[in-house]
Amino acid sequence: MINLSIRELNQLLEKKQISLPELSSIYLDRCQQFNPLLNALLHINDDIQPEQLLTADNATGLLSGIPLIHKDLFSTHGVRTTAGSRMLAEYIPPFDATVVARLNQAGMMSLGKANMDEFAMGSSNEYSYFGPVNNPWDLNRVPGGSSGGSAAAVAARLTPVATASDTGGSIRQPAAFCGITGIKPSYGRASRFGMIAFASSLDQAGVMAVSADDCGLVLEAMMGHDDKDSTSIKADPWSWQAPQDAAMQGLKVGVIPAWIEQLTDDDIKQSTLSALETLVEQGAELIEVDLPHAELAVAAYYILAPAEASANLARFDGIRFGHQCADKSDDINDMYRKTRSEGFGAEVQRRIMLGTWALSSGYYDDYYCQAQRIRRLISEDFKQAFSQVDVMAVPVSPEVPFKHGEKSDGVNMYQADQFTIPSSLAGLPCLSMPIQPAHNLPVGLQLIGPYFNEQIILTTAAKFQMVTDYHRQMPEAFV
Amino acid sequence: MSQWDVVIGLEIHVRLALDSKLFSGASAQYGAAPNSQVSFLDAALPGTLPVVNERAIDYAVRFGLSIDADIPEVTRFARKNYFYPDLPKGYQISQMDDPIVGRGQIEIETDKGAKIVNITRAHLEEDAGKSIHDQYDDWTAIDLNRAGTALIEVVSEPELYSAKEAVAYMRAIYNRVTFLGICDGNLQEGSFRCDANVSLKPTGSETLGTRAEIKNLNSFRFIEKAINFEIKRQKQRLERGEEVVQETRLYDADKDQTRTMRSKEDANDYRYFPDPDLPALNITADRLAKQRAVMPELPEAKLTRYTREWHLPEDDARQLAYDVAMSQFYEQSQALTKAEPVDNAKFLITDFNALLNEQDSDIKSTNISPGQYAGLLDAMSSGEISRKIAKQVLAEMWTSGESAETIIEQQGLAQISDSGALQSIITQLIKDNPNQVEQFKAGNDKMFNYFIGQVMKQTKGQANPAQTKQILEELLSNE
Repeated sequence: MINLSIRELNQLLEKKQISLPELSSIYLDRCQQFNPLLNALLHINDDIQPEQLLTADNATGLLSGIPLIHKDLFSTHGVRTTAGSRMLAEYIPPFDATVVARLNQAGMMSLGKANMDEFAMGSSNEYSYFGPVNNPWDLNRVPGGSSGGSAAAVAARLTPVATASDTGGSIRQPAAFCGITGIKPSYGRASRFGMIAFASSLDQAGVMAVSADDCGLVLEAMMGHDDKDSTSIKADPWSWQAPQDAAMQGLKVGVIPAWIEQLTDDDIKQSTLSALETLVEQGAELIEVDLPHAELAVAAYYILAPAEASANLARFDGIRFGHQCADKSDDINDMYRKTRSEGFGAEVQRRIMLGTWALSSGYYDDYYCQAQRIRRLISEDFKQAFSQVDVMAVPVSPEVPFKHGEKSDGVNMYQADQFTIPSSLAGLPCLSMPIQPAHNLPVGLQLIGPYFNEQIILTTAAKFQMVTDYHRQMPEAFV
Repeated sequence: MSQWDVVIGLEIHVRLALDSKLFSGASAQYGAAPNSQVSFLDAALPGTLPVVNERAIDYAVRFGLSIDADIPEVTRFARKNYFYPDLPKGYQISQMDDPIVGRGQIEIETDKGAKIVNITRAHLEEDAGKSIHDQYDDWTAIDLNRAGTALIEVVSEPELYSAKEAVAYMRAIYNRVTFLGICDGNLQEGSFRCDANVSLKPTGSETLGTRAEIKNLNSFRFIEKAINFEIKRQKQRLERGEEVVQETRLYDADKDQTRTMRSKEDANDYRYFPDPDLPALNITADRLAKQRAVMPELPEAKLTRYTREWHLPEDDARQLAYDVAMSQFYEQSQALTKAEPVDNAKFLITDFNALLNEQDSDIKSTNISPGQYAGLLDAMSSGEISRKIAKQVLAEMWTSGESAETIIEQQGLAQISDSGALQSIITQLIKDNPNQVEQFKAGNDKMFNYFIGQVMKQTKGQANPAQTKQILEELLSNE
């Protein structure tokens, strides 16, 4: 039951083999039962009344009545939204994020809010003020981040679907670590309104689910132009069509040999090569491409994202909302200092300082402007590559989920984002799908599409998932 | 001889007369109850995003066109970062590179005649809220109604060489923006504020001296006094061999002096960078054309038209062209009268103005409509009444609200242009005053005026002067 797809759940509801309250309570019970093991959820909506949430407009439709969990980065009207930070530990938004509003409109049932790295900064979900999230495949290990709560919740089937956000890999890496499917659409596809900003030019809302088909259905409902977000693009929306068969004849898949060589973990390399082999077996043609400037991506990203974050997080000043230091302050600057030192965790403070420094007079040209140049060069690299191929298939992460506390070196953690950051900088749609595990832990393969072509990566993943069952596997403890 | 040259540059903040704020859509009405016009964006709630007010762009473009400025094809917003409680986001959305208005110029009136002042740039930005320090003993109150309202900041070249010139420039900009209708011009409400950069250099020197910036001047009188005080202060320092410190100063109107607000060392590093929430904006040729089409005719163009086409003397033309309300009244009445534009202008500038002064009123609040006034002009130009009588009728129109026609008829003020009637009066006069006729014939020209005076006396000033003169000449020569 809990391993069913959205289409299958919809069939059960349509045929009245299960009622709405029954469906939501099955998942809610699992949330209550398993969350103490995972710490994936910061809020469980236990007084949910599904039938009251449906209207004439959304009582039917594939997503009607389907439960989901929102990453706690998405503002939910009247429901505490923390972004994983002490700063917002008591913050209750007076409005819904557009993504939340659209999924509500589609009739989806929000079961709760997912834990995350504070302000989406992190790749292990160890940087949440509310404690780390455990990986359902091995509770001693991290689920990845920053959308670690969403990923763990889907992997443990506390929900069939979760919203998530990706700035430099925050959907793809935890999806890979937790053995689920996660897509970050093109920058500008989904509205950022109501999504608490980390790095505005990179942040993008996306979906995590068991399968690419599920991702496609939910993404279709939540994307599209929004007047409230000037960076959301007015482009023709597409409707998700699941492929009929797994045939990939004529599909040109770009691979980057250098990136595969960089996989020092032989088991991960093997998994990756075998996944590529599966694509070939279905008729795809592998074509070697190169992104010559991609090796500069991590360095550029860790200038640009913190620079934007340093401004985006300036609003957390203890004046209008959010945490304010309890001690009496000498003056306004003292109040700012105390409030922000208490309200932000170490990683957030580190990035604010990095970003502030990169924008400071005397450094701006050398760092920020230089990083922007690199960003443009990487976009050009991708354009070149996509003149030869339809889709690219590359690794997600050079490592499998590591143990809690195993990585204490920030830069080491940053470097592991090397495969996810280039497509983020270029604003391209990309996803991670489960492939053959390594060391008994999940591994993902990243598919990257040309700008605004989410369908091609979703279709390719859905076909892959027709001939593999990695995405259907569940961590034993949660069966 | 002065030993020092004064160099002044002004930064003028013009509040745009818009119903809603620059990015939030909240009302921009002045004077509402504190914090009653604050949207979620204005309070900088997490996840809110700016959406630019298109009218603000149009207004800025209009200003740019009016000063003959370069309007770049692409304009960009930037974040100016600093912490202050009345700046909710912790940054102000402003413009750095690619401002909406590039280099332009405006003509000002100086003692030495007209002078062109170059304008470096003008950019759009949002205003901050208000900190109220004197309302509570232990608290500073914050009113965010003003936060986010739209301003353009107009930056002049340092080309103003006295406090008088600075005031003349400020007036020219003031007249321009109120003329365009893009600013309500309300100085008390802070719709038009100015920062002045003042420096002194040894006479003839090419190098600019160290400047002090006087902040937040919002009256023409204060700016002149503040600059003059500052010139005196800097001169004293320089003559004592002391240096002028680069700093920001405040003008205290009560004490008529400026004092240090913050020194250069305390100055913020604003860390400008392009706002990633707002894509670069294309200013299309179409947009420029549309704005050009809706722009009122500029004073310079009016001046040319008045002098070249309507043959007004330069002084009269200037007086009308640079006064929005006067020129409007003038043109509206001109369209409705048969009187010559020159005569209309003369009567409006001298006689109508005299009445307005007498009544302590102005052309905007006059209760005489351009149509009624045109009626009066018609009566004058047709010879029905003299200019002297016209003044009388105008005063009567002011008090009674009646039309010129009615007043002239009711009070029998029409000139006697009936040549038969005039002829018989004059014939009788000649008959009754043989001595005077003799004197006239003997060469005493003054006697001619004596007869004119007699005619006017008998007709209570209603005799048509030209006709009277002509008939008198004719009849006297017959004697």
